Amino acid sequence: MTMAEDARVGEVVEAATSGFVAQCSRLYEAPPLGALVRCGPSASAVYGVVAEVETRSLDPGRRPMAVGREGDTDDDVYRRNPQISRLLSTEITAVTVAHDGDGGRLLRYLPPSPPRIHAFVSLCSGGELRRLSDSLDFLRGVLSAHVTSPDDVAAAFLRQAAAVHEDPEAFLVAAGRELAALLSSEIPRLNSLLKRLSP
Amino acid sequence: MNVHRLGMVVGGSLTEGVEVKLDPEASVEDVRAGSFVSIQGERMRFFGVVTDVVLDATDRALRSTPPDVSNPFIARVVSGGAAYGALKVEPMLTIGGGSAVLGVDGPSPAKTIPAHFSPASAATEADIETVFGEPSERNFWIGNPMDMEAKLCIDVEELVKRSNGVFGKTGSGKTFLTRLLLVGIVQGRKASNLVFDMESEYGWMGYSEGGSEVKGLKQLFTSQVALFSLDETSSKRRGINPDYVVRIGYEEVEPEDVGMLRETLGLSEVAADAAFSLQREYGKKWLGRFLALSGRDEVGETAARMNVNQSALITLQNRLRRLARLDFMDKSESHDSVNRIIEYLDRGMHVVLEFGRHGSNLAAYILVANLLTRRIYGRYVDRKERSLGDPAQEPRPLVITIEEAHKFLTPSVASQTTFGAIAREMRKYNVTLLVVDQRPSGIDDEVMSQLGTKITCLLDNDKDIDAVLTGVSGSRKLRTVLARLESKQQALAFGHALPMPVVFQTRDYGSAESYRDLGWRNAVDLKAQVEDDLEDLFGPSAS
Repeated sequence: MTMAEDARVGEVVEAATSGFVAQCSRLYEAPPLGALVRCGPSASAVYGVVAEVETRSLDPGRRPMAVGREGDTDDDVYRRNPQISRLLSTEITAVTVAHDGDGGRLLRYLPPSPPRIHAFVSLCSGGELRRLSDSLDFLRGVLSAHVTSPDDVAAAFLRQAAAVHEDPEAFLVAAGRELAALLSSEIPRLNSLLKRLSP
Repeated sequence: MNVHRLGMVVGGSLTEGVEVKLDPEASVEDVRAGSFVSIQGERMRFFGVVTDVVLDATDRALRSTPPDVSNPFIARVVSGGAAYGALKVEPMLTIGGGSAVLGVDGPSPAKTIPAHFSPASAATEADIETVFGEPSERNFWIGNPMDMEAKLCIDVEELVKRSNGVFGKTGSGKTFLTRLLLVGIVQGRKASNLVFDMESEYGWMGYSEGGSEVKGLKQLFTSQVALFSLDETSSKRRGINPDYVVRIGYEEVEPEDVGMLRETLGLSEVAADAAFSLQREYGKKWLGRFLALSGRDEVGETAARMNVNQSALITLQNRLRRLARLDFMDKSESHDSVNRIIEYLDRGMHVVLEFGRHGSNLAAYILVANLLTRRIYGRYVDRKERSLGDPAQEPRPLVITIEEAHKFLTPSVASQTTFGAIAREMRKYNVTLLVVDQRPSGIDDEVMSQLGTKITCLLDNDKDIDAVLTGVSGSRKLRTVLARLESKQQALAFGHALPMPVVFQTRDYGSAESYRDLGWRNAVDLKAQVEDDLEDLFGPSAS
């Protein structure tokens, strides 16, 4: 588990079967959009794709105020006001794409129950990413997720997945065909999505 | 076995053919109409032909708003996925009951279609061999299926059982194809050839389209082919020593021959029929005695006596004189050309009759071919009937090759001539025809329908195409194939000697290698072979 601990990125603060929200351990150190994350115990882990990364005030009622002075760099502001880092938090919203079933089988559909609150969230390794993306059955779920831009999520995920495959281009073409089948009635959407995938 | 998967069956029917959706990796441009496809069904394998290539899309919107294909990645993704190619495949044959028993029970006509999602792949050489047979004495390698290296064979034994036709417009490769078929019959050893070689291009030497010389039958199979000539001068000039020089005696010409020549000589029906009256009048020597009549008076007198039209008789005499002037005609006596030909044929040899200069004289060609064939055929009928009592006398099957066949087999004469009889009665008397023609529409329908195997090069006249395809199942599809043949060396073959219609590239003929493949040995090889044989017989020589 050392690997997983090393890659720990946060803790679940909101959970549903279709997705979960995690607060990152460190401000601004969220996994990138489209990254594959895992949470929960290893035997029944839930896998999600990062669909939204957000940084905001810990207290929803208090909006941060501009504090920079003329000539400051971004870092100067934080150095002069160390409290800011304590008042802000970075959160990720993940769309659930798969979970571990009995006997370690990877099931590419929603888990029977969501991860628990405070479950630790870790960034998946390249191996896990490759294993999951060997079959792209779950893409439909990502494309229809209730997030701001599901297409960007899918594109970012596929780009990252391509990088861990032996033949990235062939992977992207296969993924593109999967998308084409899913979006056959929405050609303009398919077009723009494919452009984002294009190597 | 290197299987090139094309796609899978997604729909179709037995009458319309099955639809195969191409895999994204297979491009429509790699598949051509007319190529062979093998489909592995649940229990048996299907062998079919691509009849159509289709572009389709999963959604109609793709047609109205095509994707941005300027981006190569998008183009790659969309083609074969959302927009895909499909094939129409006509299942022709089924092979075996599964891969384990493949080839044990031979191919049979397809009466059903493969199940949904059966995988389809391009036919392999092994498939072609399973369907058309391996090259052997019986299966003659005639060419290659389109886009394939495999050897396509035609069953010579079945071929010679019926009359066959080779068609195609001038320059499309009829002669080469015919020469190949003749070679196949020679190699098959089941029948003898008698070739009426109009242009003198089968016997000793012919010319390719490019003008280079190609070897004729006699050069390839010296000991099995006898070269007869109608024009000794021409043969000698070409440096050929014919085995026999054919002469035709007046007595051998019969009124029927005149009837056959009616169109060629420009005779009226009355004039042609007068020949029969003349025969009644003068008997066997009618031609000699008729031509001996000199002057209008004598002819007029005869006409009056026989009660035929005088001017018709005069025309007849004029025209027959023209024939009689041909230098192979001999008024003195009858010749035994027929006996000599039969003698050779009986010895299992093949006879090529070269016409030399007379080849350009259609009347001469028709006269000689008809006259000899009639008498040879008569002999065969006679012997065949005797063989019913004594099977040992069964005559060896004979294939008679005639060119410009529509002159012999026009609807108006086909019912009366020997050629018509041979074509219709087929193998009853062990004599069949190999009809070579460029105007199949001129041949009598009944004869056309009796031809067992038809091999046709490019034809572009609708009437000719119709004539060739009459009575063939699936003629509508064959029609498109036929009209799309390349103008040279490609042919469509269908009928008795083949399990299914097939388009093929005629086998190479004319290169040193092609002769070797056909069994010809040059002097050096021959010597080596003789030495080998000697060694086999007597052991290694001491030296």
